[in-house]
Amino acid sequence: MKNTIAERIFDFLKNFPPFNILEKEQLFKIATHVKVHYIEQDKSVFTQNENPHNEFYIVKDGAIGLYRTMDNDNILVDICDEGDLFGLRPIIQNNQYLMSAVANEESILYAISVELLKEIIDSNEKVKKFIVASFSTNIKTPYAKTNNGQLFANEDVLNKNNAGISDVQTAQYSKNPITCTKAYTIQQAAEVMSVKRVGSILITENNKPIGIITDKDLRLKIATGLISIKEKVTTIMSSPVITCHKKITVAEAQINMLKHKITHLCITEDGTPNSNLKGILSEHDIVVLHGNNPSVLIKELKRAKNVDTLKYIREKTSKLLSGYMEQNIPIRFVSNIISEINEAITIKAIKLSIEEMETEPPVKFTWLALGSQGRKEQLLITDQDNALVFENVNPKDYDFTKNYFLQLAKKITNKLHIIGFENCPADMMGSNPRWCISLNQWKEQFNTWITKPTEEAIMMCTIFFDYSLVYGNVELVDEMSESIFESIDNYEIFLNFLGRNALRNPPPLGFFRQFLVEHDGEHKDQFDLKSRALMPLIDAARLLTLSVNHKNKNNTIERFKEMAKAEPQNKYLYEMCIDSFKILLRFRTNQGLKNNNSGRYVDLNNLSKSEKLKLKGCFKPIKDIQELISVRFKLNQIGM
Amino acid sequence: MLSFFKRKTYPKYFKKYLNSFKNKKPKSINKTRFVVFDTETTGLDTNTDRILSIGAIAINNGIIDVADSFEIYLKQDQFNADTVEIHGILKEGNIEKISEEKAIEHFINYLKNAVLIAHHAAFDVKMINSILKRMNLQKLKNKSIDTGILYKKLEGKQNDHFSLDKLCEEFNIPLHDRHTASGDAYITAILFLKIISKLKQQRLLHYSDLFRTNNSKGLL
Repeated sequence: MKNTIAERIFDFLKNFPPFNILEKEQLFKIATHVKVHYIEQDKSVFTQNENPHNEFYIVKDGAIGLYRTMDNDNILVDICDEGDLFGLRPIIQNNQYLMSAVANEESILYAISVELLKEIIDSNEKVKKFIVASFSTNIKTPYAKTNNGQLFANEDVLNKNNAGISDVQTAQYSKNPITCTKAYTIQQAAEVMSVKRVGSILITENNKPIGIITDKDLRLKIATGLISIKEKVTTIMSSPVITCHKKITVAEAQINMLKHKITHLCITEDGTPNSNLKGILSEHDIVVLHGNNPSVLIKELKRAKNVDTLKYIREKTSKLLSGYMEQNIPIRFVSNIISEINEAITIKAIKLSIEEMETEPPVKFTWLALGSQGRKEQLLITDQDNALVFENVNPKDYDFTKNYFLQLAKKITNKLHIIGFENCPADMMGSNPRWCISLNQWKEQFNTWITKPTEEAIMMCTIFFDYSLVYGNVELVDEMSESIFESIDNYEIFLNFLGRNALRNPPPLGFFRQFLVEHDGEHKDQFDLKSRALMPLIDAARLLTLSVNHKNKNNTIERFKEMAKAEPQNKYLYEMCIDSFKILLRFRTNQGLKNNNSGRYVDLNNLSKSEKLKLKGCFKPIKDIQELISVRFKLNQIGM
Repeated sequence: MLSFFKRKTYPKYFKKYLNSFKNKKPKSINKTRFVVFDTETTGLDTNTDRILSIGAIAINNGIIDVADSFEIYLKQDQFNADTVEIHGILKEGNIEKISEEKAIEHFINYLKNAVLIAHHAAFDVKMINSILKRMNLQKLKNKSIDTGILYKKLEGKQNDHFSLDKLCEEFNIPLHDRHTASGDAYITAILFLKIISKLKQQRLLHYSDLFRTNNSKGLL
């Protein structure tokens, strides 16, 4: 039986997590049992300490404020609007509400039976995870919809997309080929090609390709005056056409073109000239595809002889990045590839610089990437942060050695600068005499930071702790790492200082109506995505892994994964952090690509509703992880 | 006199329906089951035109209950091509349709002794009553509320005619599925809740106030 009202509710719910991941039948069952509440402004849905309802709520229209009364204060905890869930407590624990829900404006709510949802939770692990996460601090949606409807994205998408573009990938062909009949004159065909801006036109009969005319034919046969443009297309078309099946791989297509010395292949229904035309694949399509192939970029890098080539490859990498973002390829995969390429570019820059030096390096050395590059989280091209470690030498050789490496480092950082990696404004680069020092000096430096944790020292630690080897001797780095962890073990209070630092940016609450924005300076009224959303997660991950002695991970996602393994009791929280981090990183990357900048500052007025929702959902795990840190490192007790 | 010739034995479902009115319950707005409904018809003549579909949704305890809703499409003998573009129901469509008699049986079973609500309720009630008459059954016994009249009470207006579209605009109700019976019933239900809440802000609202016409002094 048709149920128009339920269908409409279904259409609404399916846009919002967790409903978007339910089976169609499950969601329809929910939709047919919704109760619609109209709440006048200032009226409450439930009040703190009230016994739980047998339903929870999703805001259809309007806005519901969640208030918590403590002592005499009535604190606004959050505002829920369209698509937000609240009143989830009865699903998890059947006890009294911890907050009051009051309509900030007149609102329409859909109430959904707790029993009904519980049935579904039992059969759907993802929904359960979502609900637990949503519940852990009120509402919020840690997974939010991406613009093209890929929900809960990441891992699932990986299976759908051809993550690695390779020669065995099915070739992407143009699905709307430009065609004409054989009654056309050459002039008419040329006009069509010109209007449609294409380099070829297919001549078809009953939707079957019988010939093709390309730019080359026009050049060779018409422009030379050999044939009149008044002639029919059949006089100059190449016929028969070479056809292939739509599942042709890139490699097969290339071989076909080479074999027949042609630049276009017709794609037909069954691969023969006797079936219907489906599309056309040009040599250009294949070149474009290859240009966006990371393995080709890496090969090109290896052959690169100068900085200009590196710069060119780095620019291509940016195109690759925006392609990946458009295809919604998992952010972890994207950041791996981009980091690989960035690293290869840096290695090549180092090798080119060494070649320019008059002598070989006097002793072993290591080039380190720091910060986001060190964590392999750098997607957009940002500032360079790097450092150089060289082997301990006799005091008499020290000056000479240091000078050599400083010179080398200057060459390297200059090249990186030309390639497009801006110099670090704080000069945290290997070309700075402070950060181009021997292994012993580095050990001492770290020890000083750890044992005398001034604000500046802690700040340095957050950058220098996330190092990774880019080029050079691995033993130097290992020895440095060991020394650092020894210092931390001997001076455990250091972690508390690091903890305090990790909490310096609390997540914004009441995100929608009163977003925390910068109050002054160049970025007035913009939201600082890096320091308010990404850094708290990065700092937390670093601190936590250090505290449990997991030393070899310096990537935020991997750090949280380690933590989830080490502390199964907090697994959900760490997984939420990972999800938030992925969403935020993707968000920042998209912002950066869109606005051609670092993506760090977000103008809230330019965000769509779903983008705001998405961002909003990421703040809950931040709040939770900061609470965990605050308790674990007793940060409210050390009186700082 | 005519009633003498009418069937004395009603079908079982109709008897049950009539019986449901025998128990006089305490009347309060909260405890009453309201059924908000709308019909799509071949035209506006309650004698010659026919119902194409009935959509309804219940309000229990001030809450719209989707599980307690009703949607049905009727087989058409009368067909008026002019109104197709309004309601979109074709004579031969894909939607499952049933006979007028079956439709009434389902509707009566669903309706029970609820209070009916419709926008310009008189028309929709008359359309249902015409079917009942053709079936030699009694008119509907349910009380009914017209949201158009209820609105006039709120605003103290006398003679203007207020369309559903106009009121939706005033009350900020999104128009989904307008001109489907169920869609209009749902919209009317929201409208009813909004008018009631406004009325409550103005004055203490009693159950009986809902039924007074705008000519009555009751609320004015």
